Amino acid sequence: MSARPQSSPAGEQVTIIVDGEERRVPADTTVAVALLGLGVRAFRRSVHGEPRAPLCGMGICFECRVDIDGVADRRACLVPVIEGLLVRTAAGQGA
Amino acid sequence: MSAPRVDAISVDVAVVGGGPAGIAAAALVAETGRRVAVLDESVEPGGQIWRHRRGARPPAAAKRWLRRLERSGATVLRESSVVDIRDAEGGRFALTAERGICPLQVNATTLVLATGARERFLPFPGWTLPGVVGVGGAQALLKAGLDVSGRRVVVAGSGPLLFPVAAALAAAGARVLRVAEQASPRAVRAFASSLWRHPTSLVQAARYRLAFAKAPYAMGEWVIAARGDGRVEEVTITDGRTERTIACDLLAAACGLVPNTRLARLIGCATARGAVVVDEHQRTTHPRAYSVGESTGVGGVDLALVEGQVAASHILGRRVNSSLLRQRDSLRAMASGMDRAFAPRDELRQVVTPDTIVCRCEDVPSGALRAGWTMRQAKLYTRAGMGPCQGRVCGAALEFLHGWPADSVRLPVEPALLSSILAESAELAVPPRTQGASR
Repeated sequence: MSARPQSSPAGEQVTIIVDGEERRVPADTTVAVALLGLGVRAFRRSVHGEPRAPLCGMGICFECRVDIDGVADRRACLVPVIEGLLVRTAAGQGA
Repeated sequence: MSAPRVDAISVDVAVVGGGPAGIAAAALVAETGRRVAVLDESVEPGGQIWRHRRGARPPAAAKRWLRRLERSGATVLRESSVVDIRDAEGGRFALTAERGICPLQVNATTLVLATGARERFLPFPGWTLPGVVGVGGAQALLKAGLDVSGRRVVVAGSGPLLFPVAAALAAAGARVLRVAEQASPRAVRAFASSLWRHPTSLVQAARYRLAFAKAPYAMGEWVIAARGDGRVEEVTITDGRTERTIACDLLAAACGLVPNTRLARLIGCATARGAVVVDEHQRTTHPRAYSVGESTGVGGVDLALVEGQVAASHILGRRVNSSLLRQRDSLRAMASGMDRAFAPRDELRQVVTPDTIVCRCEDVPSGALRAGWTMRQAKLYTRAGMGPCQGRVCGAALEFLHGWPADSVRLPVEPALLSSILAESAELAVPPRTQGASR
């Protein structure tokens, strides 16, 4: 929701690569929350090209699916961030 | 292509779902030395209710049970999604799970399905916009660390869940502008006054209300549309007479919870009114499968814990403590009162316009669907319910909008890796296809 850098309780951060760019995000979070924190709106594009972002936050809806470490359509809300994680959103797929 | 080797473990009891119900069942059984595996999709067990931000203090009951689980000797398989369960030969279940991107096989004599509940999302124009999330969805994202400080938030939907979520959002620094409960003031008050039997629930509710005291709690109000350019910017709410439009950054909207019954239906367990049917021992209609917690009917954490313990007692051949059974009766009575009070109102059907997306996976608008169809026909003609979520989101909506009950469960129950499917078919000793036949 916020474009500002977030602070986790411990304040630790890791670097992940989002659509080819290095980004610092809180260490104790999921890919979904990290992307929301970076201001990402379109996690994926729908069949008709609409931007879609997390809905359920718990692995049910598949709206937050992105490429993670080269594996397509992983649910960002279920994957914890780790240093060096490669993430590709709709924006990074030329959509 | 040859099937990859797959890690397989063999246990006495496999518990699917690591929320309170699954934890209680698993811990009690494992404490007696039986081999137990708990499969859970999350990074940490605890389910949605006990999920907490790392560094934040978990509720006392959560701490106690998580610790008990840890010491019980049960194997907890985190980040593991079950994509198939087969009733294998020799009276055993064969579960196919995916741990991250690795397939995993779990064989078990007894199965405990503690698959919980999901939110009931009822569509309205604009509900597909980024920034529109579930009510439990907002809570889950918050617990995973979402920064909402200074954000304008509207919470809308139904049921007691609105309270802790609005409270948590406010505590995290969000500006909660309005909490809209679709049930009528009369229904809500009748339910609240029935809670005298459960004073701790009343105290809890009052504590939550205090936490979001700045926002009105408006009963008999529901969302008719969300609007925005590429993300939610405003929401319109009505009480059936007047409309109110509120500018916001986040809209948390969902209409209560529905039990997750997919895996139970997959192995042939009977369901009724959307929940897995169980007997007094929490046994499903499958002789070696139990179901506990929200999958048997949404009733909250206390009921889930009781049901988990009841199932464990039966698995262990122990007599069930009669006070547990009394507690279960009382909590179930409260749950059915809650169901009645917070049932979605008819007007929620009318907010859907012909171009409102109903199936988000396949972008199927409401206007493409015809009254009189079955869910099967809707799938065949429009692909509604055929996407990655396999109808988990639109299924409950279509049941509410058109009265279509869920279609039969198809395999895999969720998108699975080819390697899982190959591993499973190798196990089934399906003759390998020749190259020519695969063309």
